Amino acid sequence: MRFIDFFLTNRGEVARLAIEHLALVGVSTGIAIAIGLPVGIALTRRPRLRGPVLGLANVFQTIPSLALFGFLIPLPFLGGIGARTAIIALVVYALLPIIRNTYTGIAGVDPAVRDAAEGMGMTGRQRLWLVELPLAVPTMLAGIRVATVIGVGVATIAAAIGAGGLGVFIFRGVAMVDNAVILAGAVPAAVMALVLDGLLHLLERRLDWRRA
Amino acid sequence: MIAFRDASVVLGGRTVAGPLRFSVAPGEFVVLLGRSGSGKTTTLRLINALIKPTAGVVEVAGRDTSAWDPVSLRRSIGYVIQEIGLFPHFPVSRNVGIVPELAGWTADRIARRVSDLLELVGLSEAEFAHRYPHELSGGQRQRVGVARALAADPPVLLCDEPFGALDPLTRAELQVEFEALARQLGKTVVFVTHDVGEALRLGDRIVLFDNGSVRFDGDRMAFRTSVDAYVRAFRDSG
Repeated sequence: MRFIDFFLTNRGEVARLAIEHLALVGVSTGIAIAIGLPVGIALTRRPRLRGPVLGLANVFQTIPSLALFGFLIPLPFLGGIGARTAIIALVVYALLPIIRNTYTGIAGVDPAVRDAAEGMGMTGRQRLWLVELPLAVPTMLAGIRVATVIGVGVATIAAAIGAGGLGVFIFRGVAMVDNAVILAGAVPAAVMALVLDGLLHLLERRLDWRRA
Repeated sequence: MIAFRDASVVLGGRTVAGPLRFSVAPGEFVVLLGRSGSGKTTTLRLINALIKPTAGVVEVAGRDTSAWDPVSLRRSIGYVIQEIGLFPHFPVSRNVGIVPELAGWTADRIARRVSDLLELVGLSEAEFAHRYPHELSGGQRQRVGVARALAADPPVLLCDEPFGALDPLTRAELQVEFEALARQLGKTVVFVTHDVGEALRLGDRIVLFDNGSVRFDGDRMAFRTSVDAYVRAFRDSG
């Protein structure tokens, strides 16, 4: 088992790159949540924006990730080589599932419940915070979960533009035609995706009003 | 208490309701009767300004609803709709106490009020206060809906087919209790239904809708004896 040997002798570097990887995903998903939740909520209030905004996010999602990293490099301020560019690309990828699920979660609230909230004299803000958001939480978290798992995968490509992360081993292994090195990047990335998915799934269930 | 002054609602070129010209006196129990799409629910929703009249005026407590702040207007009116209108993520106690909560009552006062209301609608506080709507039967949910509408002691109650989804026995039981409760508390009630039997059991006065306009308006005796063809057809359908 050359992979195990390589993994164990390089465990320090594996750990360092895994932490870098986690930071890339964490920071980018955090930023995507900070942008995506308000945008998703705004779409439920301004249905006209829905088509253009979801369409744009959809288009971003279809750009091949390596190409997106490439496009960003020459851009002034945003681009260049390194983690910042990678984080911007990762945010772009994470936006669609977060915006879409926030919108779907709120739009999917039973119209009778919305009607009751309004008829009871809730202001728009009270309706959002007391009724719509709590009921949409499971759907919103499912979107965040999808975004996170996609982020772990896409972040492996960030190594191509010098942003570090577990992709470093994968690119090195490809260049060396050495599967053990590729696996030293790929296996921890896969484990990371599974663990994050599981943790977010648990959180989703904890916050689900249907299980209250 | 409530007055429609030539109010009408036009949606996409079609008159959904109106022009309406009738009023409801304080303490009166009025049933708006009609088939689906006859404009009765639209009429009800004009009262708490969930719908704005296209033309004419709707007044509550002597004031044009468009001059009211919609939020304070709605908090002074109890609103009961079909069982699904309960907040599924709140336990019974918070569902019942939500309007007082919005109005900023203290937690103690809300708790006392919730306890009184549950007793009033015949639900044991110990057994039901902490339950969620999906853990209740249809009839129990509807009792919670009535308690919720009564919470801030509004002078007016609007009911939109509240008992429509219940089995006949539970429905009859709730009708009797609800009517007694509304009268005992001196509420002005506007009650929408498509069920003639329900209308005759509950209403002091029946307003029959046909195609957006009022076809009959009178007490239940007059409704029973009316010779108008549409009233007769509707009466015999029940």
